Amino acid sequence: MIQSKRNSLFVAAAALGVALSGTPASAQWEPQRTVEIIVPAGTGGGADQMARAIQGIVAKHNLMKQSMIVVNKAGGAGSEGFLDVKGSAGNPHKLIITLSNLFTTPLGTNQPFSYKDFTPVAMLALDEFVLWVNAEKPYKNVKEFLEAAKKGGFKMAGTGSRQEDQIITAAIEKAAGVKFTYVPYRGGGEVAVQLVGNHADATVNNPIEAVAHWKGGKLRPLCVFDGKTLPYNEKIAGDAAWSSIPTCKSQGLDVEYLMLRGFFMTPGATPEQVKFYVDLFQKVRATPEWKDLMNNGAFNTTFMTGKEYVEWVSKEHTRHLNLMKEAGFLSTN
Amino acid sequence: MSGDGNAADQGPAHRTIELAVAAGIGIFAILVVYGALQAGIGWGFEGPKAGFFPFIMGTILIGATAMNLWHAFQGSRTKVFADWGALKQVGAVTIPIAVYIVLIPFIGIYISSAILIAYFMQRISSYGVVRTALVSIGVPLVTFFVFERWFLVALPKGPLEAMLGY
Amino acid sequence: MAEFANLFNGFATVLAFQDVNIFGTQMYLPFNVFLMVVGIVLGVIIGVLPGLGGANGVAILLPLTFSMQPTSAVILLSCIYWGALFGGAITSILFNIPGEPWSVATTFDGYPMAQQGRAGEALTAAFTSSFIGAFFAVIMITLLAPMVAAFALRFGAAEKFAVYFLAFASFVGLSKEPPFKTLAAMVIGFALATFGTDHMTGSLRLTFGSQYLLPGFDFLIAVIGLFGIGEILLTMEEGLKFKGKDAKINLRVVLDTWKKLPAYWWTYLRSCLIGCWMGITPAGATPASFMSYGIAKRVSKNGKNFGNGEIEGVIAPETAAHAAGKSALLPMLALGVPGSPTAAVLLGGLLIWGLQPGPTLFTENSEFVWGLIASMYLGNVVGLIIVLTCVPLLAAILRVPFGIIAPIILMFCAVGAYTVRNSFFDVIMMLAFGLLGYLFKKTNYPLAPLVLAMVLGDRAEEAFRQALVGSGGSLGVFFSNGLVSTIMALGFIALFWSVISAGLSRIRGTAPATAG
Repeated sequence: MIQSKRNSLFVAAAALGVALSGTPASAQWEPQRTVEIIVPAGTGGGADQMARAIQGIVAKHNLMKQSMIVVNKAGGAGSEGFLDVKGSAGNPHKLIITLSNLFTTPLGTNQPFSYKDFTPVAMLALDEFVLWVNAEKPYKNVKEFLEAAKKGGFKMAGTGSRQEDQIITAAIEKAAGVKFTYVPYRGGGEVAVQLVGNHADATVNNPIEAVAHWKGGKLRPLCVFDGKTLPYNEKIAGDAAWSSIPTCKSQGLDVEYLMLRGFFMTPGATPEQVKFYVDLFQKVRATPEWKDLMNNGAFNTTFMTGKEYVEWVSKEHTRHLNLMKEAGFLSTN
Repeated sequence: MSGDGNAADQGPAHRTIELAVAAGIGIFAILVVYGALQAGIGWGFEGPKAGFFPFIMGTILIGATAMNLWHAFQGSRTKVFADWGALKQVGAVTIPIAVYIVLIPFIGIYISSAILIAYFMQRISSYGVVRTALVSIGVPLVTFFVFERWFLVALPKGPLEAMLGY
Repeated sequence: MAEFANLFNGFATVLAFQDVNIFGTQMYLPFNVFLMVVGIVLGVIIGVLPGLGGANGVAILLPLTFSMQPTSAVILLSCIYWGALFGGAITSILFNIPGEPWSVATTFDGYPMAQQGRAGEALTAAFTSSFIGAFFAVIMITLLAPMVAAFALRFGAAEKFAVYFLAFASFVGLSKEPPFKTLAAMVIGFALATFGTDHMTGSLRLTFGSQYLLPGFDFLIAVIGLFGIGEILLTMEEGLKFKGKDAKINLRVVLDTWKKLPAYWWTYLRSCLIGCWMGITPAGATPASFMSYGIAKRVSKNGKNFGNGEIEGVIAPETAAHAAGKSALLPMLALGVPGSPTAAVLLGGLLIWGLQPGPTLFTENSEFVWGLIASMYLGNVVGLIIVLTCVPLLAAILRVPFGIIAPIILMFCAVGAYTVRNSFFDVIMMLAFGLLGYLFKKTNYPLAPLVLAMVLGDRAEEAFRQALVGSGGSLGVFFSNGLVSTIMALGFIALFWSVISAGLSRIRGTAPATAG
């Protein structure tokens, strides 16, 4: 009994693996082997979830003849993954999904890689950041919060060290002339709970990491670190929706930060190979599953490829360099 | 090699190995302390620096090792660690495992495993050729299907698998 | 009570017959039960293969579940997790190779039992204990979910450090080995845990410019090497003897073992409580298993015999590990904080299916939550039946001659070492740890404190530093409120208790102590 069920699952997996879908034959390049997506972060994080969601969508809709697997290489703040891709020049079956550590890790730890080493494919989305406080606290807006923070001793909990959360914290400190004690944790969920449990005074969690506590009335969003308010109108907590959170800039806190969720290929990939993956991601973006994912995480759904993408990335690199230099996060060794 | 005459015929002296292990740990401890000093052991603007904790551990380890070296030094000079025949047996598996591991990046884990199993069955035990062939080919093949096909986990593969399209 | 009504609805969800299309055939069957069985079997396989742990297994299969209903998907995935929890004990007992980190403590007495020809007994005890621990945890989740979630919220960095400290303090000081060797082994473990990236400052340490040292040393690699490879080398030295060959193998062994178990009710209850607590805080299953083993060894009247094949030494860690493993799901569901790596992956799954873990999940998606809880009850029972029927089969593996089984074990060790982080360097380290394990065993350095320090080291250090950063460097933070002070005080008692009792036994004369 067990044996037969195991077999049937095997059949299912095999069918997913080598799904011989009816894609018309053409001269275009396509993968000949299993495609690896390298995640330069641990299992369960934002990049990992997105990579696995894409893997699931590609398999479910038969978007590619070959199968896709996700491999986590998180060591050294992601350097392990980036160095692996850098060292696989000419292998068109390897992609890497990036988060801000594409910029912060080489700057902060002096690891020998940079965004220029990789062939850009596409930006799939940008992750938003929101300033959160505990709902029991008296401050209702950014101004009141900063007033309170100026008295000193406020603890800001965040994910990782010298990465996006701490960079945003440093940017707030500079913009508003306050000082926080930044306490790093391993994951966004843990950070949100530290705030709910009143072990911290504020966080800059991604929407998806804190939304449940907002819904449950434990946390209060003060502003979003984007140039415009979020486009999601669905009511979440009482009458409030993502769209009702003001931008930080409009509240007098001039800080903007978005995190890249994009793909790069190994050095030396050809334009045909890049085109295949760009087309693939276009198809992924068209699926309802992808739209649900964007909706749940209140993502900024900007899509970019080619020159536009390269320019965006290089601009972000310069920005990170400046932010990290000012905050004193650059590697000293 | 043991410096002790009467124990050397049966095997290395236990004391020699004790001293060697303690010395090895001592070197490790010094490395840890050195690395910790590189990382900084003070109190930075983010609290205790990266090297703070490893430095303390390294220092304790150096102390403990000094005690262990002292005890080992006083230990019996005649006790044998293990006789040469037994150590030969240990070497007879350690060397093939080392070769096996070195082979993995070149010919993949599946073919290397087939060779390892065949070697064990032929040289360490003695089974018939047919049985050896069945087990040494069958087990890696099943493993291949479990990992590469069911669970979609990529293990190191070599030229043979590449020829077959993996 | 509303919980019971919800729970019964949950059972209804799990047992419901559905029209499903499986591989082109239209069928009408309790699909969720089917998934449960598939999940457990897959989980056991994943648990048995070292390295391919529950977290990996769930992560790998996650994409396959996107086309399912969230309830069905989470039943499949959580059953894989339960299966992996069961499966981890198998290789620990049979080959001294822990399939999962939380089954390390199971090797201490499980493997000696197998060597004495009592593999079936050890396996039965392990599986039954897993079942009891898990069942206790599920009952707790059913009845106390909101209360427990509120309790978990009280754990900041200082409290977490106190919990790690207590777990460690309960375990150390138990070994018969020379004290300075024990200290050295323990400190080596702590030092190994610090290699690689320092999570607090984001800077690198002890990498000496090498790319291979970037990720640090993984606990599982060390364990596979120290225990698994080390044991094979020892076996070779002793001349190819695997002692389990003449084990009696039939289903009676299950019943015979069951007769012995009720006598250990107090061990069970204590281990369940330790496990639930460690699962919620969330320290996790691995510290829970060590702590439970340590305490059992201290308070049991057979404590002296621990390490030589004492059944209680299997019961205590297995019960606690499973109680912790299950209760770790509660903070995940109620707070969105994963209590274990596997829970972290499941959490990712929930988000992808559009479910928001957190306080509102219980009210907004109550069908989902109670379906999951009901599947824990049923999955546990199904799991126990499946693994118990396999006991004779598993024990029979020991009849396979060493010449065949040894290279196969080596292959799985290599596969396991590689899959932990997809790194070839780890396979080399596995052999290095193997040689180290052999030498340490021969020269009386205890391995248990080393692996415990390695698994707790970086997390304890992290919590310690988080607390200190938050307090501006004042150590007073570890005694700043009732909760943290109590846990710290318990930790110190545990720590000094061992020193005192060691001192006492030395005064009384050491000779009888080691006779057992």
